[in-house]
Amino acid sequence: MSARVAIVVFPGSNCEHDVALALDGLGADPNFVWHTDVSLRNADAVVLPGGFAHGDYLRPGALARFSPIMKAIGDFAASGGPVLGICNGFQILCEAGLLPGALQKNQRLKFICAPSRVRVDSNHSVITNGIDEGVTLALPINHFDGNYICDARTAADLRETNSIILRYTANPNGSIDDIAGISNLKGNVAGLMPHPERACDPLSGSVDGELLLRALVRAALTEDGIAR
Amino acid sequence: MKFAVTVEVRLLPGIADPQGATLERALPALGFDEVAGVRVGKAIRFTISAVDEQTARDRVGELCDLLLANPVMEEVGVTLERVGSVGPTGGKG
Repeated sequence: MSARVAIVVFPGSNCEHDVALALDGLGADPNFVWHTDVSLRNADAVVLPGGFAHGDYLRPGALARFSPIMKAIGDFAASGGPVLGICNGFQILCEAGLLPGALQKNQRLKFICAPSRVRVDSNHSVITNGIDEGVTLALPINHFDGNYICDARTAADLRETNSIILRYTANPNGSIDDIAGISNLKGNVAGLMPHPERACDPLSGSVDGELLLRALVRAALTEDGIAR
Repeated sequence: MKFAVTVEVRLLPGIADPQGATLERALPALGFDEVAGVRVGKAIRFTISAVDEQTARDRVGELCDLLLANPVMEEVGVTLERVGSVGPTGGKG
């Protein structure tokens, strides 16, 4: 049985086909869901892909958060379903309050499109379950607002609950605590700025993204949504 | 009653502001060495109808909290001014 993965498409999303191709290559069954839809149609997992949903008007993710499909995603997340936000999808999950904190402009004031290395610092999440902690992955980043910020209390909570799942080995954007990706307390909602779907083919220089997406597919097929 | 509203969204101190920093770096070349602390924000203007000014302020506050600003990174300043005629036929407002 293959995992049904809903890929949510907003006006301005631009990584949805890359995500679908990568998931298809892993044997999953990706389906596009338009942002005005109100149902995830029995999905086993949900991905919010990268891009510029609603043109990033006002703030990245600020308007996408009010798209009709977000109610279903909130319900799905609350029931323990695996939800992954990549890049702009991560920004949307933060704006929607499904993940804490926010993404501000990169510290060095530049749009960054470059390879990066991230270390798996917690495998308690839908995209890192089954991966040895300490493993480093080569993943591309492609963002202007990727500088993760939150208040000191939230940062301490994230550390104490093993919710910082990925850290940059060389911080490219000023994120506090080198954060590249986080999860919620339960681990079923995860967000990261790097693009795992762009590291799933040897031609792209790395296949490390497959590890994260395979973990998502694994979580999708697990009864409680996340392998512990 | 109708009110003209301006919501100024400002980045909190310490939040990266590439536009402000770039502007400030460009100013000496224009002979404005004395300008410092440039921060770029947003001004959002609209009108709102409400039974009184307090109600209008409360609604604008809700809108700011819900959408116009992200409290993790931003703060707001609101100015609100009654528009239109107070006469029974109303004005252009």
